[in-house]
Amino acid sequence: MKKLGKLYLVLVLLFLYVPIFVLIVFSFNETKSRSVFSGFTLEWYKRLFHNRIIISSLINTILIAVAASIISTVLGTLAAIGINSMKKVPKAVVMNVTNMPIINPEIVTGVSLMLLFVFFAARMNLEFGFVTLLIAHITFDVPYVILNVMPKFKQMNPHLYEAAQDLGCGPFKAFRKVVLPEIMPGVISGFLMSFTYSLDDFVVSYFTSGSTSQTLPITIYSMTRRKVSPEINALSTLIFIAVVIVLIVKNVIESRAAKKSGLS
Amino acid sequence: MKIKLKFFSAPYLVWMIVFIVIPLLMIAFFAFTTEDGGFTLKYISDVGQYANIFVRSIWLSLIATAICLVIAYPVAFILSRMEKHKQGTMLMIVMLPMWMNFLLRTYAWMTLLGNNGIINNLLGMIGLGPYKLINTSAAVVLGMVYNYLPFMILPLYSVMEKIDKSLFEAAEDLGCSGVQTLFRVIVPLSMPGITSGITMVFVPAISTFIISRMLGGGSNLLIGDLIEMQFLGNAYNPHLGAAISFVLMVIILVIMTVMNQFDPDDQVLI
Repeated sequence: MKKLGKLYLVLVLLFLYVPIFVLIVFSFNETKSRSVFSGFTLEWYKRLFHNRIIISSLINTILIAVAASIISTVLGTLAAIGINSMKKVPKAVVMNVTNMPIINPEIVTGVSLMLLFVFFAARMNLEFGFVTLLIAHITFDVPYVILNVMPKFKQMNPHLYEAAQDLGCGPFKAFRKVVLPEIMPGVISGFLMSFTYSLDDFVVSYFTSGSTSQTLPITIYSMTRRKVSPEINALSTLIFIAVVIVLIVKNVIESRAAKKSGLS
Repeated sequence: MKIKLKFFSAPYLVWMIVFIVIPLLMIAFFAFTTEDGGFTLKYISDVGQYANIFVRSIWLSLIATAICLVIAYPVAFILSRMEKHKQGTMLMIVMLPMWMNFLLRTYAWMTLLGNNGIINNLLGMIGLGPYKLINTSAAVVLGMVYNYLPFMILPLYSVMEKIDKSLFEAAEDLGCSGVQTLFRVIVPLSMPGITSGITMVFVPAISTFIISRMLGGGSNLLIGDLIEMQFLGNAYNPHLGAAISFVLMVIILVIMTVMNQFDPDDQVLI
């Protein structure tokens, strides 16, 4: 039984990994063939680094992900603090609306924002591009921050903030000294989550980007639509390596933290 | 002066109204109005012309969801019964492919399934094929299963991990066979994981337009393709697009309400 279970797990892992490994192998292929391996080359990596569109959309993606996740973290953390002290009914209403971008299919979020931006573009001087992308990303990021921060309040004494103010802290000092340290783990995981969602997002960006400001997933999409070049395989390989490194680092940090808290 | 905490949420509330509530209302508004702003049911009834695409989308994503459940259930169970220190690493290995951009994951299957792709090449070596693998509805289902399988494994695992091992022993002591233990103990206890797994696979599957476009060719249009075509394609018609999106949201709402009926704890969102 045990062996059967292991075999099954191996089969599922093969299903998950074989396509990615094939992609990686063919990034080193001499010809453009996607099925016959004819010889080793690093040509596609060289071309990748000289591909201006890819480099500029990569920079754009990182800029948007950094900006969107920082703004969402501030906005979402403040929101969570406020929502937490709301009365039951308004709290439920706000939380239900906050859940909307998470429950709704991405395409609906994308086209709904597109409708709004088209409306503004026609009446004000709004162009599709960096600004619309940033707004869209913040919109789907903030709910994740809120959902990560909210549970932290359950573990916190609700009167601490008032007590700090009674003892002479200004409201902002009280917030910084009392509330913030308590909710910090939630804030950090909310930030990381929104950063990864922003990096990875295609659908919402696709509807809100216009033609001037592209993100890496949009560039990847247009690459798969055009004549396919193994550059895309090279890019996949680099992304895969980056993901593996990040996940290993994350695991090491977490297991160290677990050991530390286990010791103390 | 004390500042009330609830005012901290003011900036977000403004943001939420402008960028979540109003855009969704605009979808409803566009779905029910003509170009000059008058009320109409024309576009909603026009959606009926695409009934075949709706049926196909629901059907293919139901199949994909069912396959995901069948594949993921044993995976989650095996993971949850591993030694504790192995679980974290194993879970990371299972979830890792999900961190690759899903366009690249779908592209990987494009190269595998292509008419001159590796699978047909390997089959050719033993004298079979070539078969038409890409641009079929089976390829679309495969793409859905491949992309969304981790979404099924994760919620199932997190529920099963909490099931006490001694319950299985108790069931066995009381004379349950393996199959009985599965259906009388494990399945009922993992119900919240099943329902949230189903929603997490079904919603993106029914609304995708990438998977159908990359693996289904032009002949396997899904609801997502239809919406995309109304907004960014040649068929530009935001009113019809909004109407289709509106119907899609209603379908998903109905399905999630049905799913909630099966969930004892009401844990699923909404």
